[in-house]
Amino acid sequence: MSDTALSITLIVNGETVSERVDARKTLVDFLREDLALTGSHVGCEHGVCGTCTVRVNGEIVRGCLMLAVQCDGATVETVEGLSDSGEIADLQAAFEQRNALQCGYCTPGMLATAQDLLKRAQTSGRVPSRDEIREQLSGNYCRCTGYHAIVDAVEAVAIARAEAK
Amino acid sequence: MKPAPFAYRKAHSLDEAVALMGQHKDARLLAGGQSLIATLNMRLSSPSLLVDINGISGLDRIEVKDGMVEIGALVRHVQAERSETIATVAPLIARAMPHIAHAAIRNRGTVGGSIAFADPAAELPACLLALGGDVLAAGPAGRRTIKADDFFKGLFETALEPDDVLTGIRVPAADANTRIGFAELARRHGDYAIVGLAASARADGPKLKDVRLAFFGVGDTPLRARAAEAALAGGDVEAAVAALDLAPHDDVQASADVKKHLAGVLLKRVAQQLMEPRA
Repeated sequence: MSDTALSITLIVNGETVSERVDARKTLVDFLREDLALTGSHVGCEHGVCGTCTVRVNGEIVRGCLMLAVQCDGATVETVEGLSDSGEIADLQAAFEQRNALQCGYCTPGMLATAQDLLKRAQTSGRVPSRDEIREQLSGNYCRCTGYHAIVDAVEAVAIARAEAK
Repeated sequence: MKPAPFAYRKAHSLDEAVALMGQHKDARLLAGGQSLIATLNMRLSSPSLLVDINGISGLDRIEVKDGMVEIGALVRHVQAERSETIATVAPLIARAMPHIAHAAIRNRGTVGGSIAFADPAAELPACLLALGGDVLAAGPAGRRTIKADDFFKGLFETALEPDDVLTGIRVPAADANTRIGFAELARRHGDYAIVGLAASARADGPKLKDVRLAFFGVGDTPLRARAAEAALAGGDVEAAVAALDLAPHDDVQASADVKKHLAGVLLKRVAQQLMEPRA
């Protein structure tokens, strides 16, 4: 069968990309290996650890549980895009100030997942509780920090953004 | 690990999907992919072809008609979670949604995929069973309806044939006399349950009737606890707990004895929820 490799066109971090990819290649492997966007990390490869989390059409997804061929026509944003656009500059600064990362392996997924909650909070005009922050981050493993500093950083940004409005 | 090579075809109609499944005996349907792609990555499954049904229109609707709620197979968990219709007329499903995995997974995972995969520790199959709903399927011989009580056959095994496509589920729309209950114990929020319980009943004056208790995480399929249902309809919670005839196996999460104990704990919590009138 000839459908084991397909041509796809998608927008990645604002740039249109056309590539031919194996059907079996996951989105995160495509981003890392074909586009050299190595900010998205590969951990468990079965949806448990969350370090491959990226945004597809504005919604966070597991980069290991989506195939690159499924992203034909989609808009994909990785931590590189979120960083370069300045969208999460305050969140990144808060992570640094509060030591919310040590080895940093989980950080790209943590940032994308936290920004998803913060974005929804800004729309609803409500500051999420620490429990809501913990629940949002419950699908992202961190083996260094014990999570406390991460929750602190996300909460600080949620409050700061609400006050800046 | 990485998946073994496979071919990929995007189906644009149900007929096309059914035909492709008929032509390729070891093909798999790809909906949300949140279980399938994990099994491919771990090479627990190595189909020659994935038939992507995400491009089939009309399967992502939530509709109320003739006292029933129909939820299309491609309705994402997040869509059901945020649906006012589901919250109003299928409150058990709304209650279960936050327990299903995590935000990034709920954005992709589908209601149909969860039912068709039939993980014995998953929430939605138990909700479907507790509500006495139907599974809607399309196959080479046309459309058919399968009752939830007849759908779950064994471990990850359902009444679907290899070339069937699950198109949606249908559950009775809740009214003023509908009572629901849901409780789950998991090690981490969003993980599969150690033990869970989805329940529905109808208020009958101060009593309950049509009690349906569907436990999950305690057997090869979601399981009705019929003796306990009868006891609960009689208003006796302790007798209902004593009547639990579940026979769970030890698994990586808990021993059989722990699961049996926790099932009783959950039954007491859910019984209380069922006794409360809807807000």
